Amino acid sequence: MTFEIILQAIVSGLLVGLIYALIAAGLSLIFGLMEIVNFAHGEHLMLSMFSSFWLWSLFGLDPVVSLPITVLLMALSGVLTHYLLIRYILKAKMLIQICATFGLSIFLRSLAQFFWTPDFRNVDKPLLEGRIEIGEIFIGQPQVFAGLVCLFAFAGLYLFVTRTETGLALQATAQDREAAEILGIPSNRMFALGWAIGLGCVGVAGAMMSNYFFIFTDVGVNFALFAFVAVALGGFGSVIGCLYAGIIIGLVEALGGLLIDPSFKLLYVFAIYLLVVIYRPQGLFGRY
Amino acid sequence: MLLEIKNIDVLYDDFQVIWDVSLEVGEGEMVALLGPNGSGKSTILNTISNLVRHRKGEIYFIGDLISNQPTFRRTTAGISHVLERRRVFPHLTVLQNLLLGAWHEQAREARDESLQKVYQMFPKLEARRNQLAHTMSGGEQQMLAIARGLMGLPKLLMVDEPFLGLSPMVVRDLIGIFRNIVEEGISILFVEQNVRLALSMADRGYVLESGKLVIAGESRDLIDNEAVKRVFLGDRV
Repeated sequence: MTFEIILQAIVSGLLVGLIYALIAAGLSLIFGLMEIVNFAHGEHLMLSMFSSFWLWSLFGLDPVVSLPITVLLMALSGVLTHYLLIRYILKAKMLIQICATFGLSIFLRSLAQFFWTPDFRNVDKPLLEGRIEIGEIFIGQPQVFAGLVCLFAFAGLYLFVTRTETGLALQATAQDREAAEILGIPSNRMFALGWAIGLGCVGVAGAMMSNYFFIFTDVGVNFALFAFVAVALGGFGSVIGCLYAGIIIGLVEALGGLLIDPSFKLLYVFAIYLLVVIYRPQGLFGRY
Repeated sequence: MLLEIKNIDVLYDDFQVIWDVSLEVGEGEMVALLGPNGSGKSTILNTISNLVRHRKGEIYFIGDLISNQPTFRRTTAGISHVLERRRVFPHLTVLQNLLLGAWHEQAREARDESLQKVYQMFPKLEARRNQLAHTMSGGEQQMLAIARGLMGLPKLLMVDEPFLGLSPMVVRDLIGIFRNIVEEGISILFVEQNVRLALSMADRGYVLESGKLVIAGESRDLIDNEAVKRVFLGDRV
Protein backbone atom coordinates (compact mmCIF):
# COMPACT_ATOMS: atom_id res chain seq x y z
CA MET A 1 0.00 0.00 0.00
CA THR A 2 1.47 3.30 -0.99
CA PHE A 3 1.56 6.55 0.89
CA GLU A 4 -0.55 8.17 -1.83
CA ILE A 5 -3.42 5.78 -1.31
CA ILE A 6 -3.46 6.50 2.41
CA LEU A 7 -3.29 10.22 1.76
CA GLN A 8 -6.15 9.83 -0.67
CA ALA A 9 -8.24 8.12 2.01
CA ILE A 10 -7.39 10.84 4.51
CA VAL A 11 -8.46 13.60 2.14
CA SER A 12 -11.73 11.97 1.19
CA GLY A 13 -12.41 11.05 4.82
CA LEU A 14 -11.84 14.66 5.79
CA LEU A 15 -14.20 15.96 3.12
CA VAL A 16 -17.04 13.61 3.95
CA GLY A 17 -16.38 14.25 7.64
CA LEU A 18 -17.13 17.94 7.13
CA ILE A 19 -20.55 16.98 5.80
CA TYR A 20 -21.22 14.69 8.75
CA ALA A 21 -20.14 17.50 11.04
CA LEU A 22 -22.60 20.00 9.60
CA ILE A 23 -25.49 17.54 9.75
CA ALA A 24 -24.57 16.74 13.34
CA ALA A 25 -24.27 20.43 14.22
CA GLY A 26 -27.92 20.91 13.31
CA LEU A 27 -28.91 18.00 15.52
CA SER A 28 -26.73 19.17 18.37
CA LEU A 29 -27.97 22.75 18.20
CA ILE A 30 -31.58 21.66 18.47
CA PHE A 31 -30.81 19.28 21.32
CA GLY A 32 -28.68 21.81 23.19
CA LEU A 33 -31.40 24.40 22.92
CA MET A 34 -34.47 22.48 24.01
CA GLU A 35 -33.32 18.96 24.92
CA ILE A 36 -35.30 17.43 22.13
CA VAL A 37 -33.69 14.85 19.87
CA ASN A 38 -34.74 15.23 16.28
CA PHE A 39 -35.18 11.65 15.15
CA ALA A 40 -36.42 12.98 11.83
CA HIS A 41 -33.04 14.53 11.10
CA GLY A 42 -32.26 12.01 8.36
CA GLU A 43 -35.62 12.65 6.73
CA HIS A 44 -34.93 16.37 6.78
CA LEU A 45 -31.68 15.61 4.97
CA MET A 46 -33.65 13.53 2.47
CA LEU A 47 -36.08 16.42 1.93
CA SER A 48 -33.26 18.85 1.30
CA MET A 49 -31.74 16.50 -1.30
CA PHE A 50 -35.12 16.20 -2.99
CA SER A 51 -35.46 19.96 -2.90
CA SER A 52 -32.21 20.22 -4.85
CA PHE A 53 -33.33 17.46 -7.18
CA TRP A 54 -36.73 18.98 -8.00
CA LEU A 55 -35.32 22.45 -8.42
CA TRP A 56 -32.95 20.92 -10.95
CA SER A 57 -35.42 18.65 -12.68
CA LEU A 58 -38.35 21.09 -12.84
CA PHE A 59 -36.61 24.44 -13.17
CA GLY A 60 -33.18 23.46 -14.48
CA LEU A 61 -31.40 24.97 -11.49
CA ASP A 62 -28.14 23.30 -10.62
CA PRO A 63 -27.87 22.27 -6.92
CA VAL A 64 -25.04 24.77 -6.47
CA VAL A 65 -27.20 27.57 -7.86
CA SER A 66 -30.28 26.55 -5.89
CA LEU A 67 -28.34 26.15 -2.64
CA PRO A 68 -29.79 29.33 -1.07
CA ILE A 69 -33.31 28.27 -2.05
CA THR A 70 -32.89 24.83 -0.50
CA VAL A 71 -31.44 26.29 2.67
CA LEU A 72 -34.31 28.75 2.89
CA LEU A 73 -36.90 26.01 2.33
CA MET A 74 -35.32 23.88 5.03
CA ALA A 75 -35.15 26.79 7.47
CA LEU A 76 -38.83 27.40 6.78
CA SER A 77 -39.65 23.75 7.38
CA GLY A 78 -37.72 24.04 10.65
CA VAL A 79 -39.92 26.92 11.77
CA LEU A 80 -43.02 24.96 10.76
CA THR A 81 -41.78 21.87 12.61
CA HIS A 82 -41.45 23.94 15.74
CA TYR A 83 -44.77 25.70 15.59
CA LEU A 84 -46.84 22.74 14.33
CA LEU A 85 -45.33 19.96 16.42
CA ILE A 86 -42.50 20.66 18.84
CA ARG A 87 -44.07 23.50 20.76
CA TYR A 88 -46.86 21.17 21.89
CA ILE A 89 -44.47 18.60 23.31
CA LEU A 90 -41.91 20.86 25.00
CA LYS A 91 -43.14 20.05 28.46
CA ALA A 92 -44.20 16.48 27.69
CA LYS A 93 -42.51 13.35 28.98
CA MET A 94 -39.37 12.26 27.19
CA LEU A 95 -41.02 9.18 25.66
CA ILE A 96 -43.67 11.38 24.11
CA GLN A 97 -40.99 13.66 22.69
CA ILE A 98 -39.18 10.68 21.21
CA CYS A 99 -42.39 9.33 19.69
CA ALA A 100 -43.21 12.75 18.25
CA THR A 101 -40.00 13.25 16.28
CA PHE A 102 -39.72 9.54 15.47
CA GLY A 103 -43.27 9.65 14.19
CA LEU A 104 -42.39 12.70 12.15
CA SER A 105 -39.55 10.75 10.53
CA ILE A 106 -41.88 7.90 9.52
CA PHE A 107 -44.47 10.38 8.33
CA LEU A 108 -42.01 12.32 6.18
CA ARG A 109 -40.44 9.20 4.69
CA SER A 110 -43.81 7.63 3.87
CA LEU A 111 -45.04 10.88 2.41
CA ALA A 112 -41.96 11.07 0.22
CA GLN A 113 -42.45 7.48 -0.92
CA PHE A 114 -46.10 8.16 -1.66
CA PHE A 115 -45.43 11.17 -3.83
CA TRP A 116 -42.04 10.38 -5.32
CA THR A 117 -41.83 6.55 -5.18
CA PRO A 118 -38.79 4.86 -3.66
CA ASP A 119 -36.83 5.16 -6.95
CA PHE A 120 -33.22 6.22 -6.95
CA ARG A 121 -32.59 9.51 -8.66
CA ASN A 122 -29.61 11.65 -9.40
CA VAL A 123 -28.76 15.02 -10.83
CA ASP A 124 -27.42 14.57 -14.39
CA LYS A 125 -24.53 16.67 -15.60
CA PRO A 126 -24.19 18.99 -12.62
CA LEU A 127 -22.02 22.10 -12.86
CA LEU A 128 -19.42 20.40 -10.74
CA GLU A 129 -18.15 17.26 -12.37
CA GLY A 130 -14.92 15.41 -12.81
CA ARG A 131 -12.04 15.47 -10.43
CA ILE A 132 -9.09 17.43 -9.26
CA GLU A 133 -5.62 15.95 -9.34
CA ILE A 134 -3.05 16.96 -6.78
CA GLY A 135 0.04 14.92 -7.40
CA GLU A 136 -1.10 11.33 -7.15
CA ILE A 137 -4.31 12.18 -5.37
CA PHE A 138 -7.64 12.38 -7.17
CA ILE A 139 -10.63 14.00 -5.55
CA GLY A 140 -14.05 14.53 -7.06
CA GLN A 141 -14.83 18.19 -7.65
CA PRO A 142 -18.29 18.02 -6.07
CA GLN A 143 -16.80 16.41 -2.97
CA VAL A 144 -14.19 19.15 -2.59
CA PHE A 145 -16.78 21.83 -3.11
CA ALA A 146 -19.19 20.16 -0.68
CA GLY A 147 -16.53 19.89 2.01
CA LEU A 148 -15.52 23.52 1.64
CA VAL A 149 -19.10 24.81 1.63
CA CYS A 150 -19.85 22.80 4.77
CA LEU A 151 -16.74 24.19 6.43
CA PHE A 152 -17.81 27.74 5.58
CA ALA A 153 -21.32 27.07 6.82
CA PHE A 154 -19.82 25.74 10.01
CA ALA A 155 -17.68 28.83 10.48
CA GLY A 156 -20.74 30.98 9.84
CA LEU A 157 -22.76 29.03 12.38
CA TYR A 158 -20.03 29.31 14.98
CA LEU A 159 -19.62 33.05 14.48
CA PHE A 160 -23.37 33.54 14.61
CA VAL A 161 -23.79 31.63 17.85
CA THR A 162 -20.80 33.15 19.64
CA ARG A 163 -20.51 36.67 18.22
CA THR A 164 -24.00 38.02 17.55
CA GLU A 165 -26.57 39.19 20.06
CA THR A 166 -29.18 36.80 18.72
CA GLY A 167 -26.65 33.99 19.02
CA LEU A 168 -26.00 35.03 22.58
CA ALA A 169 -29.71 34.92 23.30
CA LEU A 170 -29.79 31.46 21.74
CA GLN A 171 -27.04 30.31 24.10
CA ALA A 172 -28.78 31.92 27.05
CA THR A 173 -32.01 30.10 26.22
CA ALA A 174 -30.08 26.85 25.95
CA GLN A 175 -28.45 27.36 29.35
CA ASP A 176 -31.50 28.53 31.28
CA ARG A 177 -34.80 28.89 29.49
CA GLU A 178 -36.67 30.55 32.35
CA ALA A 179 -33.92 33.00 33.20
CA ALA A 180 -33.75 34.04 29.55
CA GLU A 181 -37.50 34.38 29.26
CA ILE A 182 -37.55 36.59 32.32
CA LEU A 183 -35.00 38.94 30.75
CA GLY A 184 -37.37 39.38 27.82
CA ILE A 185 -36.05 36.74 25.44
CA PRO A 186 -39.05 34.88 24.02
CA SER A 187 -38.04 31.21 24.17
CA ASN A 188 -40.60 30.09 21.62
CA ARG A 189 -39.07 32.33 19.00
CA MET A 190 -35.59 31.20 19.99
CA PHE A 191 -36.67 27.59 19.59
CA ALA A 192 -38.13 28.29 16.17
CA LEU A 193 -34.88 30.02 15.24
CA GLY A 194 -32.93 27.01 16.50
CA TRP A 195 -34.97 24.70 14.29
CA ALA A 196 -34.51 27.04 11.33
CA ILE A 197 -30.75 27.09 11.79
CA GLY A 198 -30.53 23.38 12.57
CA LEU A 199 -32.44 22.36 9.47
CA GLY A 200 -30.69 25.10 7.47
CA CYS A 201 -27.42 23.27 8.21
CA VAL A 202 -28.99 20.06 6.98
CA GLY A 203 -30.13 21.96 3.91
CA VAL A 204 -26.57 22.98 3.07
CA ALA A 205 -25.32 19.42 3.50
CA GLY A 206 -28.19 17.89 1.52
CA ALA A 207 -27.88 20.34 -1.36
CA MET A 208 -24.16 19.66 -1.62
CA MET A 209 -24.60 15.91 -1.48
CA SER A 210 -27.27 15.92 -4.17
CA ASN A 211 -24.43 16.75 -6.58
CA TYR A 212 -22.88 13.33 -6.37
CA PHE A 213 -25.06 11.08 -4.22
CA PHE A 214 -28.10 9.04 -5.15
CA ILE A 215 -31.32 10.70 -4.01
CA PHE A 216 -33.95 8.37 -2.57
CA THR A 217 -36.42 8.33 0.27
CA ASP A 218 -34.25 6.29 2.66
CA VAL A 219 -31.05 8.17 1.99
CA GLY A 220 -31.12 9.94 5.35
CA VAL A 221 -31.07 6.89 7.59
CA ASN A 222 -27.33 6.24 7.67
CA PHE A 223 -26.42 9.89 7.72
CA ALA A 224 -28.70 10.47 10.68
CA LEU A 225 -27.07 7.57 12.52
CA PHE A 226 -23.66 9.09 11.89
CA ALA A 227 -24.97 12.42 13.09
CA PHE A 228 -26.05 10.81 16.35
CA VAL A 229 -22.61 9.27 16.73
CA ALA A 230 -21.00 12.64 16.04
CA VAL A 231 -23.20 14.40 18.58
CA ALA A 232 -22.38 11.80 21.24
CA LEU A 233 -18.69 12.03 20.41
CA GLY A 234 -18.64 15.82 20.39
CA GLY A 235 -20.67 16.16 23.56
CA PHE A 236 -24.42 16.78 23.49
CA GLY A 237 -25.16 20.41 22.79
CA SER A 238 -21.63 21.28 21.73
CA VAL A 239 -21.55 22.69 18.23
CA ILE A 240 -17.79 22.91 17.84
CA GLY A 241 -17.45 19.36 19.21
CA CYS A 242 -19.48 18.22 16.20
CA LEU A 243 -16.84 19.55 13.83
CA TYR A 244 -14.08 17.46 15.38
CA ALA A 245 -16.36 14.47 15.82
CA GLY A 246 -17.59 14.59 12.22
CA ILE A 247 -14.03 14.71 10.94
CA ILE A 248 -13.01 11.83 13.20
CA ILE A 249 -15.91 9.75 11.89
CA GLY A 250 -15.06 10.55 8.29
CA LEU A 251 -11.41 9.60 8.84
CA VAL A 252 -12.21 6.40 10.75
CA GLU A 253 -14.62 5.34 8.06
CA ALA A 254 -12.20 6.01 5.22
CA LEU A 255 -9.03 4.71 6.86
CA GLY A 256 -10.70 1.72 8.47
CA GLY A 257 -12.20 0.81 5.14
CA LEU A 258 -8.84 1.11 3.46
CA LEU A 259 -6.59 -0.49 6.05
CA ILE A 260 -8.82 -3.23 7.42
CA ASP A 261 -11.84 -4.12 5.34
CA PRO A 262 -14.26 -1.79 3.54
CA SER A 263 -17.28 -4.00 4.22
CA PHE A 264 -16.98 -3.21 7.96
CA LYS A 265 -16.83 0.56 7.50
CA LEU A 266 -19.86 1.21 9.67
CA LEU A 267 -18.59 -1.09 12.37
CA TYR A 268 -15.50 1.00 13.09
CA VAL A 269 -17.55 4.10 13.53
CA PHE A 270 -19.99 2.47 15.90
CA ALA A 271 -17.20 0.81 17.83
CA ILE A 272 -15.85 4.27 18.59
CA TYR A 273 -19.32 5.40 19.49
CA LEU A 274 -19.67 2.58 22.03
CA LEU A 275 -16.26 3.29 23.52
CA VAL A 276 -17.10 6.93 23.99
CA VAL A 277 -20.52 6.24 25.45
CA ILE A 278 -19.03 3.78 27.92
CA TYR A 279 -15.86 5.57 28.93
CA ARG A 280 -16.57 9.22 28.26
CA PRO A 281 -20.33 9.77 28.11
CA GLN A 282 -19.97 13.55 28.30
CA GLY A 283 -18.27 13.47 24.88
CA LEU A 284 -14.72 14.25 23.84
CA PHE A 285 -15.01 18.01 23.61
CA GLY A 286 -16.41 20.92 25.61
CA ARG A 287 -19.30 23.23 24.85
CA TYR A 288 -19.61 25.71 21.97
CA MET B 1 -49.74 51.83 42.98
CA LEU B 2 -46.91 50.30 41.04
CA LEU B 3 -47.90 46.68 41.56
CA GLU B 4 -51.30 45.49 42.69
CA ILE B 5 -52.21 41.88 43.24
CA LYS B 6 -55.86 41.23 43.93
CA ASN B 7 -57.13 38.00 45.43
CA ILE B 8 -55.11 35.47 43.46
CA ASP B 9 -55.32 31.70 43.75
CA VAL B 10 -52.53 29.51 42.39
CA LEU B 11 -52.79 25.77 41.77
CA TYR B 12 -50.14 23.28 40.76
CA ASP B 13 -52.28 20.80 38.86
CA ASP B 14 -55.05 20.28 41.41
CA PHE B 15 -53.06 21.22 44.46
CA GLN B 16 -53.74 24.73 45.68
CA VAL B 17 -50.63 26.55 46.94
CA ILE B 18 -51.81 30.18 47.10
CA TRP B 19 -55.14 31.14 48.62
CA ASP B 20 -56.71 34.52 47.94
CA VAL B 21 -53.55 36.60 48.32
CA SER B 22 -53.53 40.35 47.72
CA LEU B 23 -50.57 42.64 47.99
CA GLU B 24 -49.30 45.99 46.81
CA VAL B 25 -45.98 47.66 46.15
CA GLY B 26 -45.84 51.43 45.86
CA GLU B 27 -43.32 53.57 44.02
CA GLY B 28 -39.92 53.75 45.69
CA GLU B 29 -40.94 51.21 48.30
CA MET B 30 -38.99 48.26 49.63
CA VAL B 31 -41.35 45.46 50.51
CA ALA B 32 -40.49 42.11 52.10
CA LEU B 33 -42.39 38.91 51.48
CA LEU B 34 -41.88 36.72 54.52
CA GLY B 35 -42.80 33.23 55.51
CA PRO B 36 -41.36 29.88 56.41
CA ASN B 37 -40.13 27.36 53.88
CA GLY B 38 -42.83 26.27 51.45
CA SER B 39 -45.26 29.01 52.36
CA GLY B 40 -45.55 30.17 48.75
CA LYS B 41 -43.29 33.22 48.69
CA SER B 42 -41.43 32.27 45.54
CA THR B 43 -44.65 31.14 43.90
CA ILE B 44 -46.00 34.66 44.28
CA LEU B 45 -42.98 36.19 42.56
CA ASN B 46 -43.19 33.53 39.85
CA THR B 47 -46.87 34.32 39.40
CA ILE B 48 -46.10 38.01 38.97
CA SER B 49 -43.64 36.99 36.23
CA ASN B 50 -46.23 34.60 34.79
CA LEU B 51 -43.85 31.66 35.08
CA VAL B 52 -46.79 30.23 37.01
CA ARG B 53 -50.38 31.02 36.09
CA HIS B 54 -52.94 32.11 38.60
CA ARG B 55 -56.58 31.01 38.56
CA LYS B 56 -58.58 33.68 40.26
CA GLY B 57 -57.88 37.35 40.79
CA GLU B 58 -55.89 39.96 38.87
CA ILE B 59 -52.39 41.40 38.72
CA TYR B 60 -51.98 45.04 37.74
CA PHE B 61 -48.75 46.86 36.99
CA ILE B 62 -48.96 50.66 36.74
CA GLY B 63 -52.68 50.27 36.24
CA ASP B 64 -52.43 47.72 33.40
CA LEU B 65 -53.81 44.23 33.81
CA ILE B 66 -50.83 41.96 33.17
CA SER B 67 -52.27 38.63 34.31
CA ASN B 68 -52.17 37.06 30.85
CA GLN B 69 -49.14 38.80 29.41
CA PRO B 70 -46.36 36.35 28.50
CA THR B 71 -43.29 36.28 30.72
CA PHE B 72 -40.94 37.83 28.19
CA ARG B 73 -42.98 41.05 28.06
CA ARG B 74 -42.46 41.72 31.76
CA THR B 75 -39.10 43.45 31.40
CA THR B 76 -40.50 45.77 28.76
CA ALA B 77 -43.23 46.76 31.18
CA GLY B 78 -40.62 47.43 33.87
CA ILE B 79 -40.44 44.33 36.02
CA SER B 80 -37.10 42.59 36.58
CA HIS B 81 -37.10 39.31 38.44
CA VAL B 82 -33.96 37.90 40.04
CA LEU B 83 -34.78 34.23 40.38
CA GLU B 84 -34.03 32.05 43.36
CA ARG B 85 -30.49 30.66 43.29
CA ARG B 86 -29.41 33.50 41.02
CA ARG B 87 -29.69 31.61 37.72
CA VAL B 88 -26.92 33.42 35.87
CA PHE B 89 -26.00 31.90 32.51
CA PRO B 90 -23.15 29.69 33.67
CA HIS B 91 -21.22 29.34 30.41
CA LEU B 92 -21.42 32.97 29.38
CA THR B 93 -19.14 35.72 30.61
CA VAL B 94 -20.13 38.34 33.15
CA LEU B 95 -20.36 40.95 30.42
CA GLN B 96 -22.47 38.70 28.18
CA ASN B 97 -24.82 38.04 31.08
CA LEU B 98 -25.16 41.77 31.66
CA LEU B 99 -25.76 42.57 27.99
CA LEU B 100 -28.55 40.00 27.85
CA GLY B 101 -30.19 41.87 30.72
CA ALA B 102 -30.76 44.83 28.42
CA TRP B 103 -32.85 43.02 25.84
CA HIS B 104 -35.87 45.20 25.17
CA GLU B 105 -35.64 48.26 22.92
CA GLN B 106 -35.48 50.93 25.59
CA ALA B 107 -32.97 49.08 27.74
CA ARG B 108 -30.83 48.40 24.68
CA GLU B 109 -30.63 52.08 23.82
CA ALA B 110 -29.43 52.88 27.33
CA ARG B 111 -27.16 49.87 27.51
CA ASP B 112 -23.74 51.53 27.75
CA GLU B 113 -25.00 53.94 30.35
CA SER B 114 -26.62 51.18 32.40
CA LEU B 115 -23.44 49.16 32.18
CA GLN B 116 -21.41 52.02 33.65
CA LYS B 117 -23.99 52.37 36.41
CA VAL B 118 -23.94 48.72 37.46
CA TYR B 119 -20.15 48.65 37.24
CA GLN B 120 -20.11 51.59 39.63
CA MET B 121 -22.47 49.74 41.93
CA PHE B 122 -20.53 46.46 41.67
CA PRO B 123 -16.89 47.25 40.84
CA LYS B 124 -16.05 43.55 41.08
CA LEU B 125 -18.18 42.80 38.05
CA GLU B 126 -16.18 45.17 35.90
CA ALA B 127 -12.92 43.58 37.01
CA ARG B 128 -14.35 40.16 36.17
CA ARG B 129 -16.28 41.06 33.07
CA ASN B 130 -14.61 38.44 30.88
CA GLN B 131 -14.87 35.63 33.40
CA LEU B 132 -17.39 32.82 32.91
CA ALA B 133 -20.27 33.27 35.34
CA HIS B 134 -20.09 29.77 36.81
CA THR B 135 -16.51 30.30 37.97
CA MET B 136 -17.54 33.06 40.37
CA SER B 137 -18.44 32.78 44.04
CA GLY B 138 -22.04 32.69 45.20
CA GLY B 139 -21.95 36.29 46.37
CA GLU B 140 -20.51 37.48 43.08
CA GLN B 141 -23.13 35.52 41.16
CA GLN B 142 -25.86 37.11 43.24
CA MET B 143 -24.43 40.55 42.44
CA LEU B 144 -24.32 39.60 38.77
CA ALA B 145 -27.93 38.43 38.88
CA ILE B 146 -29.05 41.70 40.48
CA ALA B 147 -26.95 43.77 38.09
CA ARG B 148 -28.41 41.83 35.15
CA GLY B 149 -31.88 42.62 36.46
CA LEU B 150 -31.02 46.32 36.69
CA MET B 151 -29.82 46.35 33.07
CA GLY B 152 -33.48 45.97 32.03
CA LEU B 153 -34.27 49.42 33.53
CA PRO B 154 -36.90 48.11 35.93
CA LYS B 155 -39.39 50.13 37.90
CA LEU B 156 -39.83 47.10 40.13
CA LEU B 157 -37.03 44.72 41.04
CA MET B 158 -38.14 41.40 42.48
CA VAL B 159 -35.45 39.40 44.26
CA ASP B 160 -35.99 35.86 45.47
CA GLU B 161 -33.93 34.94 48.54
CA PRO B 162 -31.09 37.37 47.85
CA PHE B 163 -29.02 36.37 50.88
CA LEU B 164 -29.29 32.61 50.60
CA GLY B 165 -25.93 31.01 51.33
CA LEU B 166 -23.99 34.26 51.42
CA SER B 167 -21.42 35.33 54.01
CA PRO B 168 -22.41 38.06 56.50
CA MET B 169 -20.03 40.49 54.82
CA VAL B 170 -21.61 40.01 51.41
CA VAL B 171 -25.05 40.29 53.00
CA ARG B 172 -24.05 43.65 54.48
CA ASP B 173 -22.83 44.86 51.08
CA LEU B 174 -26.05 43.76 49.43
CA ILE B 175 -28.19 45.55 52.02
CA GLY B 176 -26.35 48.76 51.17
CA ILE B 177 -26.89 48.14 47.51
CA PHE B 178 -30.61 47.54 48.00
CA ARG B 179 -30.83 50.90 49.74
CA ASN B 180 -29.05 52.60 46.82
CA ILE B 181 -31.42 50.98 44.34
CA VAL B 182 -34.48 52.20 46.21
CA GLU B 183 -32.98 55.68 46.46
CA GLU B 184 -32.83 55.70 42.65
CA GLY B 185 -36.61 55.33 42.66
CA ILE B 186 -36.73 51.61 41.87
CA SER B 187 -39.11 49.64 44.06
CA ILE B 188 -37.97 46.32 45.49
CA LEU B 189 -40.08 43.32 46.38
CA PHE B 190 -37.98 40.60 47.96
CA VAL B 191 -38.48 37.20 49.49
CA GLU B 192 -36.66 36.35 52.68
CA GLN B 193 -36.82 33.84 55.50
CA ASN B 194 -34.86 35.84 58.03
CA VAL B 195 -37.61 38.04 59.46
CA ARG B 196 -35.46 40.32 61.58
CA LEU B 197 -33.03 41.03 58.75
CA ALA B 198 -35.82 41.57 56.22
CA LEU B 199 -37.85 43.88 58.44
CA SER B 200 -34.77 45.90 59.31
CA MET B 201 -34.43 46.73 55.61
CA ALA B 202 -37.97 46.90 54.27
CA ASP B 203 -40.59 49.62 54.61
CA ARG B 204 -43.37 47.09 54.79
CA GLY B 205 -43.78 43.35 55.03
CA TYR B 206 -46.25 40.62 54.14
CA VAL B 207 -46.24 37.37 56.06
CA LEU B 208 -47.38 34.18 54.36
CA GLU B 209 -48.17 30.86 55.92
CA SER B 210 -49.19 27.80 53.90
CA GLY B 211 -50.14 29.97 50.95
CA LYS B 212 -52.33 32.35 52.94
CA LEU B 213 -51.62 35.91 53.95
CA VAL B 214 -51.43 36.05 57.74
CA ILE B 215 -50.55 39.63 58.37
CA ALA B 216 -49.26 42.70 56.56
CA GLY B 217 -48.03 46.04 57.74
CA GLU B 218 -45.22 48.49 58.38
CA SER B 219 -41.96 46.83 59.35
CA ARG B 220 -41.82 48.48 62.76
CA ASP B 221 -45.27 47.14 63.58
CA LEU B 222 -44.43 43.63 62.47
CA ILE B 223 -41.12 43.24 64.13
CA ASP B 224 -42.57 42.52 67.58
CA ASN B 225 -45.91 41.25 66.43
CA GLU B 226 -47.14 38.12 68.19
CA ALA B 227 -48.74 36.63 65.08
CA VAL B 228 -45.45 36.96 63.18
CA LYS B 229 -43.57 35.27 65.98
CA ARG B 230 -46.11 32.49 66.03
CA VAL B 231 -45.70 31.83 62.27
CA PHE B 232 -41.95 31.65 62.51
CA LEU B 233 -41.58 29.90 65.79
CA GLY B 234 -44.37 27.56 64.77
CA ASP B 235 -45.82 27.32 68.27
CA ARG B 236 -49.47 27.35 67.34
CA VAL B 237 -51.79 25.25 69.40
